[in-house]
Amino acid sequence: MPALWHSTFFLVIVLLAISRPSLASQAGNDDLQMGTEHRTYKGTENGTTNLITTLPIVTWNWQEIQFPYLVALWILVSWLCKLMLQLNPSLTSVIPESGLLICIGWVLGGIIYWADKVQTFRLQPFIFFYYLLPQIVLDSGYSMPNKLFFSNLGSILVYAVIGTCWNAATLGLALWGCWLGGAIGGIDIGLLQLLLFGSLIAAVDPVAVIAVFEEVHVNEVLYILVFGESLLNDGVTVVLFNVFNAFVSLGGAKINAVEIIKGIISFLVVAFGGSLVGVIFGLLISLLTRCTKNIQIIEPGFVFVLGYLCYLTAEMLSLSSILSCTFYGVCCQKYINANMDERSVSTVRYVMKVFANGSETIIFVFLGITAIDPSIWVWNTAFIFLTLLFIFVFRFIGVFFLTWILNQFRLVPLEFIDQVVMGYGGLRGAVAYGLVVSLDEKKYKEKNMMISTTLLVVYFTVMLQGITMKALVNWLKVKRAAQTERTLAEKIQNRTFDHILVAIEDISGQIGHNYMRDKWNNFEERWLYWLLMTPSARKSCDHIFNIFHKLNLKDAMSYVKEGERRGSLAFIRKETKIDVDFYKKFGANFSEMMPYIMTENMGSDHVPVSSILWDSMPSVCLDMHEQDLKMRESEDVNAHHLLQQHLYKGKKQHRHRYSRKHLEVNKDKNEVQEIFQRTMMSRLESFKSAKIGVTPPKKITNHLKKDQPQKMPNGKSTDNSKSHAYGDEDGEFSEGDSASGCEAADGSFPMRACRGAGIVNPAFNAEMDPMPPMQQIPPWLAATEVDSSAVVPSQRAQLRLPLTPSVRSSPRGHD
Amino acid sequence: MGTTNSTLSKIPNVEELMQETGFTPAHIVRLYDRFEALDKEKTGLLRPQDFGAINRLAMNPIGDRIIGAFFSPGQETVDFHSFVRILAHFRPADKKRPKDPSMPEPVNSRTSKLKFAFQLYDQDKDGKISRAELLQVLRSMLEMQVTEEQLESIADRTIQEADLDKDDAISFEEFRKSLEKVNIDHKMSIRFLR
Repeated sequence: MPALWHSTFFLVIVLLAISRPSLASQAGNDDLQMGTEHRTYKGTENGTTNLITTLPIVTWNWQEIQFPYLVALWILVSWLCKLMLQLNPSLTSVIPESGLLICIGWVLGGIIYWADKVQTFRLQPFIFFYYLLPQIVLDSGYSMPNKLFFSNLGSILVYAVIGTCWNAATLGLALWGCWLGGAIGGIDIGLLQLLLFGSLIAAVDPVAVIAVFEEVHVNEVLYILVFGESLLNDGVTVVLFNVFNAFVSLGGAKINAVEIIKGIISFLVVAFGGSLVGVIFGLLISLLTRCTKNIQIIEPGFVFVLGYLCYLTAEMLSLSSILSCTFYGVCCQKYINANMDERSVSTVRYVMKVFANGSETIIFVFLGITAIDPSIWVWNTAFIFLTLLFIFVFRFIGVFFLTWILNQFRLVPLEFIDQVVMGYGGLRGAVAYGLVVSLDEKKYKEKNMMISTTLLVVYFTVMLQGITMKALVNWLKVKRAAQTERTLAEKIQNRTFDHILVAIEDISGQIGHNYMRDKWNNFEERWLYWLLMTPSARKSCDHIFNIFHKLNLKDAMSYVKEGERRGSLAFIRKETKIDVDFYKKFGANFSEMMPYIMTENMGSDHVPVSSILWDSMPSVCLDMHEQDLKMRESEDVNAHHLLQQHLYKGKKQHRHRYSRKHLEVNKDKNEVQEIFQRTMMSRLESFKSAKIGVTPPKKITNHLKKDQPQKMPNGKSTDNSKSHAYGDEDGEFSEGDSASGCEAADGSFPMRACRGAGIVNPAFNAEMDPMPPMQQIPPWLAATEVDSSAVVPSQRAQLRLPLTPSVRSSPRGHD
Repeated sequence: MGTTNSTLSKIPNVEELMQETGFTPAHIVRLYDRFEALDKEKTGLLRPQDFGAINRLAMNPIGDRIIGAFFSPGQETVDFHSFVRILAHFRPADKKRPKDPSMPEPVNSRTSKLKFAFQLYDQDKDGKISRAELLQVLRSMLEMQVTEEQLESIADRTIQEADLDKDDAISFEEFRKSLEKVNIDHKMSIRFLR
């Protein structure tokens, strides 16, 4: 590993060394025609090409290639820095990666400065705003958890708009007060300039926030609040910045009520205009992907191009480009994910992450490099110190005050620790720097001072707050009950409680926002799906559950009859060769649909805002699992270990992890799929068992032992039959009553409740069953036999549960 | 508020319900709206299918059990009162309630919550969680890849830890005792039902 360090360092030096001569020669501001050696094809420039005397075998073409070469080189260097960081994981756990990248940037900046005596590379605002920022915002918008975002939109807007205005105003005014009081020294600055400074410093930066919150996992509500705020406050920042910039140009005297009103109007225009641009482009891309079925190979490209155009269009119209890009992503995600081919969707997701991650790395490295430039440093201690102090203080005051107000209206109030984290997580970043550098020197005499202060604020917040965030959380968390050693019973019970709570929440529903939600869903289903989605996507978006519900009883009956008709061959399946067709047709769709089921179309139900209780899952956690620290007996360890590994996580633990680094929460998806399948199968079982109770046993026992792939009359019928287990009007539910298997009367299908029909354990194979055929009684007859031998030996992980209700040979406890 | 009152008047015995469960009128109204939303056929009673239509419950390993808990034994439907009563178990406990032994235990006290949880395990209602019942629950909460032997070993150890009178089953008292360190109020409360 040290070798790798050394080699990369050496590489960096070499790369810089190469760039030096070019820079030195560039000092003369030569154009590409310089040099005595040209390739002859460049001879369109007349004159200078005739100086070669012999055929050059190889020529040195630095001049022509310089610009793209440097760009590529710098990207490479930045990403190599990231690589270097990964070599030392212990360091990244203490200092957030963004901070470390800044440090490396300092080192690199130092090298360049030492080599060139002038800082040749810096983070230009133009490059930042047009080449580095769009991808990050695009990624944020595209990966935004829409449901969560819109559920909390009110709070987010409050924080973004009112919070940012508050921060800007108080900071500006406080600094002005200090200036009047002489604390800052006699600098050439005025109220308006200070307000401008306040407005650009006040904005919480999305790039920095994500970077730090990656390390500290917080609950989803808190996450979306901070993240959403950081994205949406751009609207405010841009407006304030432009307004104050214009005011400074106008001069203080000309500001009257009209101008102020114009300022407010411009805020509305910029914010809504930007969002509108984003929405329009989102619609465009959705429409476009509807038609791109035949050019799937470049389908993903459209997403990026249109996204970029969206950004630029907003910039062109001087609207908020970050807002437009965010809403672009937010609006289009659902439709393009449905319309495009699976591989295109993966491509888009992955490439977005690559770009976003790459950009972020470059931004932070260059933030570091830019600092090493004495020409911009104007050190005004008081100013810096006061700025830092005020940012901190006013942020906290703002957060607490706004939260207090919001808590009156929110369904689930925000806890104290949430507020602390939110206040502390207000990081500033490159956006502020970009804005400050773009100021006009002539108007702002103290531009350098502002730049220096901004840089310091950025460094401070990113590094110090980033580092201490974990410690702070730890400290706050420790005040709660310590995680003591837990017994098995406690662990199981805790998990049970989690599941119970989730279920009760789902049953009691999200109270309050239903009306708007339903209206939107209806509107969406009626118009938008028709307009924006391909017909096939529309069909499969009728999510699986509805399919289950819609299908009618007849299919189930016919399935069963079919099985009986076919006698011994029907209700069989092979352990390994599960009916491929069936699975492929339905199962594959099923797994595709899972994301929909999980995230979007839940009909009238939706994610409750109240996802977390106080103590059951602390809102901020450092990803520390329960500590099994003490030594135990080996069996104990096994049991605990098993529980740890294999208990299904409740929904609460499927916290939405929007992560710059990781793509998906795949494991949770599988788990949910598994649970869903099991539940469906068990419901089908109980339904079927109730229904088939009348069938004479002897026919059925034959079915048990043969292994043959079964052909479903219609690939979907099985699952369809599960549907009416619950969806059918005729069905009746008899509960708690264990021996109801044989009571099926025609025309009504009492289903046995939570007992009886076992979990269809697909892994369970007839082969595995030691009991001879005649003793194996189909569950619908053996309703009463639920005893300890009931649990089926489960086999190794087979996530591919066949969706066929295969016959198990022994009754099982069901759940 | 007008709608609240008019909705309240639709519900029979609403005063008694509020008294018993401790819900505020606003909550009752909300729950009533929810009840009606679930009750698609407008019969005034909920059936298991209505619960089954809640998609997310299918993704809960013990979802069906919990649905079952809403229905009293032998009953096939649940009316609004029972619905609310069950949900009342999940109200956060009133911290300031004086401990008055003569009054009946409120529905959201620690004991009541524990009883509810106990009943989820104890399907045959014999007052004990037998090994088989525990195995059932474990089976449903553990991933498919866990083998039978592992499952049984977990169940055995759990019973071993909790079973004090060595009858190979967990009674309510033993259950309660094994969970004395757990903050039941936090673990079994839903804030918005306060």
